[in-house]
Amino acid sequence: MENTRSVQTPALDQTPRIVIVGNSATAVGAVEALRKVDQSAEVTVISAEPHMIYSRPMLSHYLAGEIERPRLAYRGADFYARHNVRPVLDDAVVRIDPQAHSVTTASGQTFGWDKLLIATGGSPIIPPLPGLDVEGVYAFTRLDDALAILEYARKREARHAVVIGGGMIGIKATDALLKRGLRISMVELAPAILARSLDEVASRMMSNLLVDAGVEVLLENTVTEVRSSEGRLTGVVLRDGRQIACDLLVFGIGVRPNAGLAREAGLKVNQGIVVDHAMRTSHEGIYAAGDVAEAYDLVVDMNRIVAIWPNAYRQGATAGAHMVGVERVDPGGVAMNTVEVCGVPAISVGNGNAPEEGHQVLAECDERAHRYKRMVLRDGRLVGVILVGDINRAGVYTGLIRNRIDVSGCEDALLNERISLLSLPDQYRKHVVTGAGIEV
Amino acid sequence: MKRIVIHEEHCIGCRLCEVHCLVQHSRSRDIIKAFRTERDTVLPRVHVEESGPISFALQCRQCVEPVCIEACISGAMHRDEITGAVVCDEAKCVGCWMCIMVCPAGSIQQNMTGGGASGRHIASKCDLCYGAEVPACVANCPNEALTYEEVPEAAPQE
Ligand SMILES: Cc1cc2nc3c(=O)[nH]c(=O)nc-3n(C[C@H](O)[C@H](O)[C@H](O)COP(=O)(O)OP(=O)(O)OC[C@H]3O[C@@H](n4cnc5c(N)ncnc54)[C@H](O)[C@@H]3O)c2cc1C
Repeated sequence: MENTRSVQTPALDQTPRIVIVGNSATAVGAVEALRKVDQSAEVTVISAEPHMIYSRPMLSHYLAGEIERPRLAYRGADFYARHNVRPVLDDAVVRIDPQAHSVTTASGQTFGWDKLLIATGGSPIIPPLPGLDVEGVYAFTRLDDALAILEYARKREARHAVVIGGGMIGIKATDALLKRGLRISMVELAPAILARSLDEVASRMMSNLLVDAGVEVLLENTVTEVRSSEGRLTGVVLRDGRQIACDLLVFGIGVRPNAGLAREAGLKVNQGIVVDHAMRTSHEGIYAAGDVAEAYDLVVDMNRIVAIWPNAYRQGATAGAHMVGVERVDPGGVAMNTVEVCGVPAISVGNGNAPEEGHQVLAECDERAHRYKRMVLRDGRLVGVILVGDINRAGVYTGLIRNRIDVSGCEDALLNERISLLSLPDQYRKHVVTGAGIEV
Repeated sequence: MKRIVIHEEHCIGCRLCEVHCLVQHSRSRDIIKAFRTERDTVLPRVHVEESGPISFALQCRQCVEPVCIEACISGAMHRDEITGAVVCDEAKCVGCWMCIMVCPAGSIQQNMTGGGASGRHIASKCDLCYGAEVPACVANCPNEALTYEEVPEAAPQE
């Protein structure tokens, strides 16, 4: 196995008990990794949500009507049974006791553990606005949110939605509701949409696509008040005084880590729970991973939360393996995401939107054809890339970023329409081609 | 598990691997029909990388710890239980392109064949010809630039 080394597991008189709080990408990564090497540990997965493991990112495809509900399942219904895991669903953990090695749930159950993984992810950010507690106002991060939005929109024949947030989640909600035929006004506080991952050019391209599709894109603005009548949403008031009549309001701002339990338990928490390269927290035996953890980001070379699915899965796998005695080191994550607006895909990896100052920037743009490519280099190494339109070679760039490959002299190749592995440094090409132990 | 081994020095860039991969994944599995009537509905999953006189055919490397599986949000990308190959369940795939974003070999691509709103919108990759004794690209390489061999798992990397 990559990045792994077996270590002596201390002899335990009893079967080790592992408790995982959370039932999403991180938990699945952990369970799959630990069961690869260990069949004996007693594993319990506790989740506040009542549902089987589902894919959070697939919610936008479900909201859009592209898939039916069964396809939200990220793993088969037999996942727990096959991996010999006891699921405890619809019961939130309310307390972690690091001294007694136990967790307590809302229903009053207590579970003891030898190893604990906190994989509680995040909760939607909802600003405290006056008048929010009415029908027609929803967050968009959980299956229950998506179900509620769909049921409400159907029942009330919703026509005009206001989406708050022009980041990844806001855009995905917008694109989905657009596919459902709603009129949409999108409100974003920043001067550009997707500003955290795209540069000005790419952001403008995506924004234009939305505008062309009929979306009202409102920048440097926000909702300050919610209007309703008889307990039902009727409109919003914006910061600039404008009023928009609407029958659906969706918060797509982002998530805040669910780190409260850890903080109360005395673990070290900054924005998220502080973890090392093995996802260990400041307390012996307690691990944290996924959207709730501040783990190593190898592009910015520091620990921070990068709330994306692949990081959650991989960090979960690192923690899972470690909990059963496999000394596995997490190589670190890279911020990255894909988004598609009106059929045009965009990908951003690493610091794709870094300023030209202090970096070497290579770019090529054909706005009419919805194609754009921006590459950011620092000290001869690729540290970020943005691709709009033609994204088929994105992974080649990501590989160069992850492996910190010196690409000086290959600049032309980087901008080539279909970057060839043959134009990359020989050693690296061999590494990629033989990555799985294959000799060239 | 058997893997496809690339012998760069034997590749003459004839692209027969691409042709036969396409035929293998076509409905008719007939070279004439596949190219005459199915050309717009099927893609090859192996691609010849070329630079001057050097070339080699590249398909999924069957990584030991596949980043495409780690990044897949739908659960479509998985390791087949019988063959052990990393494959994409096209009925599950929604075409979010997360796998394309992370594959360092660039060996996954968008399959948008069929055209328009009713067309496909999924990720396409090598499936080792679904448990075939020898994948089509290997079987049809005239120069043994691709071979199918039992290769031990990678040693731990640095
Ligand atoms: C609409 C949307 C679209 C997205 N699209 C993408 C995308 O395209 N690509 C991408 O990479 N990422 C995407 N993301 C982000 C991705 O979903 C997250 O990074 C990922 O889900 C994190 O997984 P996790 O396991 O760490 O936490 P979560 O998925 O947040 O799961 C947390 C789990 O913990 C449980 N829990 C929380 N508190 C408690 C408690 N006190 N007791 C018990 N259980 C608890 C929850 O019920 C849940 O099961 C998207 C997110 C959203 C909301």
